[in-house]
Amino acid sequence: MTSETTAARPRWALPSMSVLGPVIALVVLVVIGTMLNSNFLSAANITNVLARSAFIGIIAVGMTFVITAGGLDLSVGSMAAFIAGLMILVMNAALPSLGVGVPIILLGMAVALLAGIIAGLINGFLITTLGIEAFIVTLGTMGIYRSLVTWMADGGTLSLDFGLRTFYRPVYFDGIFGISWPIIVFALAVIVGEILMSRARFGRHCAATGSNEHVAHYSNVNVNRTRLYTYAMLGLLVGVATIMYVPRLGSASASTGVLWELEAIAAVIIGGTILKGGFGRVWGTVIGVLILSMIDNILNLTDLVSPYLNGAIQGVIIILAVILQREAKAKS
Amino acid sequence: MNPPSVLALRQVTKSFGPVEVLHGVTLDLRAGEVLALIGENGAGKSTTMKILSGIEAPSAGKIVLDGQEVTFESLHEAEEAGIVMIHQEFNLAEQLTVEQNIFLGRELRKGWLLDKARMRRLTRDYLARIDCHIDPGTLVSKLSNSDKQMVEIAKALSRDARVLIMDEPTAVLTGAETRILFDQVRALKASGTAILFTSHKLGEVAEIADTVTVLRDGTLVHDGPAQEITEDEMATAMVGRDVSDLFPDKPAASANREVMLRVEGLSVPGHASDISFELHRGEILGVAGLIGSGRTEAMEGLCGLRPATSARVEINGTPVRIARPGDALAHGLCYLTEDRKLRGLLLNKGMRENLTLQALHKYGRLLIDTAAEERALDQAIAEFDVRAGTRNVRVGNLSGGNQQKLLLAKVMQSDPVILIVDEPTRGIDIGTKQQIYAFLSKLAAEGHGIIVISSEMQEVIGLADRVLVMRSGRLAGTLTGDQITEDTIVRHAMGVGAGSMERVG
Repeated sequence: MTSETTAARPRWALPSMSVLGPVIALVVLVVIGTMLNSNFLSAANITNVLARSAFIGIIAVGMTFVITAGGLDLSVGSMAAFIAGLMILVMNAALPSLGVGVPIILLGMAVALLAGIIAGLINGFLITTLGIEAFIVTLGTMGIYRSLVTWMADGGTLSLDFGLRTFYRPVYFDGIFGISWPIIVFALAVIVGEILMSRARFGRHCAATGSNEHVAHYSNVNVNRTRLYTYAMLGLLVGVATIMYVPRLGSASASTGVLWELEAIAAVIIGGTILKGGFGRVWGTVIGVLILSMIDNILNLTDLVSPYLNGAIQGVIIILAVILQREAKAKS
Repeated sequence: MNPPSVLALRQVTKSFGPVEVLHGVTLDLRAGEVLALIGENGAGKSTTMKILSGIEAPSAGKIVLDGQEVTFESLHEAEEAGIVMIHQEFNLAEQLTVEQNIFLGRELRKGWLLDKARMRRLTRDYLARIDCHIDPGTLVSKLSNSDKQMVEIAKALSRDARVLIMDEPTAVLTGAETRILFDQVRALKASGTAILFTSHKLGEVAEIADTVTVLRDGTLVHDGPAQEITEDEMATAMVGRDVSDLFPDKPAASANREVMLRVEGLSVPGHASDISFELHRGEILGVAGLIGSGRTEAMEGLCGLRPATSARVEINGTPVRIARPGDALAHGLCYLTEDRKLRGLLLNKGMRENLTLQALHKYGRLLIDTAAEERALDQAIAEFDVRAGTRNVRVGNLSGGNQQKLLLAKVMQSDPVILIVDEPTRGIDIGTKQQIYAFLSKLAAEGHGIIVISSEMQEVIGLADRVLVMRSGRLAGTLTGDQITEDTIVRHAMGVGAGSMERVG
């Protein structure tokens, strides 16, 4: 493998911009952040940035697979809110019988994972078996989950029982060796995702499906099953992200997870995955997530630009990333 | 008394990458004349037409319009100059109506608004001129192929084409429709339009053409009045070589060898029905028939690539059920698609990913062993003589011949026992063809069963031990030995000579 890659150096020289681009952008942001605020590189701040990146990051890992296989999922933000609401309802309802303790937390987690997988399978089923556009299906389910969580909360906020919340809090705030759980889970999702994408058959099948589904079909790749799995996997990861999110605030409402889907998609695209499918990289997505949350963090730490302009800056970055991708493609 | 040429090529050369596909072609299209451009597949007809109509720019040489050298920056500029090309793959917007298509991009207006009444009237007018009775308000997606062809011609009429270039206009037409088309061609000719058309049907060429121009492997080998060349001479000029040295020798009759594949009552809804045949060990079975006769669909159905039913399928004597491509591969039955660009290869991926995609399970259960993949690629490059500039080249940048070799290598990764190849040499050069023929022949000699679907008559005749001929989704006949001639195949494929039907050899 190594000898071939070295032999191929000249051919890699051109696309390297699309590889280096996001990395350079991240480094530039770190430099800017450090220059503007000396606290930027402090352990507390870095932990804060990473922990807040974790929710979107975990979802974005799944989104990378969906997009690589030529799909899209707009429902993840609403899905997270719905799962959070469901978790809280189930745990509150089970409280009298189970009491505060590990079993009830495990029950909540199981509910979240199961709901995530089912929601993902529903999206995947409608898209693959019934052949409806991913955009339409997930636009529909996005509305459905958002409305369901609003209805479950009766327009207000669903709160986890106070005793439970105190018991559950460490899942977000504690960790091992000073690294909080959300960061550890995020890292695990990234490592597994990266291996799955770049080294396993599943990743190859996703890329083939997104690149040209006819070729994939003729090459004995089960296109529908591959796509279905990407949505189910994304649903599962939304469940995981929700498990990490609920202990942070202990509540869910109609405004939980708003725009997460767009942040996740943006992170994937900034990281160099092609929106039309056929090529994806999980490590790129991680950089995309970090870029987005670092912009947010820098704006909050300094008063150079109003934090209200966060969205505008993110928007510019997304468009720039796509332009860079296209330039790299045109050259090669 | 030659009228002056309207559009001409002077010593035009065209290269794609390092491969030169046209070598100094000179031809003249004159007002009121029909020029038939003929040649085998891959001889450079399409490229010539694309250069004439401004789709491709020549690498060297001149395009001369009315005595002036011109360069067309785009199809649009050529159209402005009155040069209209009708593509073999239709260039119609499927979701628009006939009328909207005819005026697409040049809609008539009355002030700010579209002048629909006038466009409709003119459309009816154009359609009436070609004796076509479709409603201008019909969606193009609802039309048959022949009606689409007529719409394309009506569109050309509406543009007052001075030069009309038609790429195999009769390929999708019935006999009666061809008559109507030719009447229209004569009318256009009488009104002074210069016409170039291509066809594989030499009888049509003799009937309609004033000038016959023959291309072979990118070189112009004949150019002269149609009266001075017979159909036989046309064929000889096109092929230009003794066909026998292109194909490996056929082994002795293999009909009494064991049956590897037995298919009974195979039906693919909408494409093929009640197909039954046998394939013997070491045999090359040809499948001929017109494009659209259901050859491809039947074989895809057999391999689980599209929904199909069958009464019985046996492989090596054991009944098998094939519902998906994986089932076929598990039984050693493998199909090589006719469309290497859209169904065969991932054009924006490298050779390694493409080579192993169909047999990825061989390269590690959970994680892929890329080193093993690289070794397989080394082997495939050597065995199939794939010539790629660099190892990491995107497959889309390989030449057609090298893509085809890579596709063959990819299919062989699945270790097929029975290999079905569909148009294995479409659009590739003669040298590569020869290599592919030799490879298929070697596979058969090693005891594989091979089915070759081809539109190239010479290929079927040169390779196959037996030939199935399909017509309109049914098996029109099975030919063996001396029966395998161009004449009998054509008669079965066209449904003439009913006496020879259903003669199973």
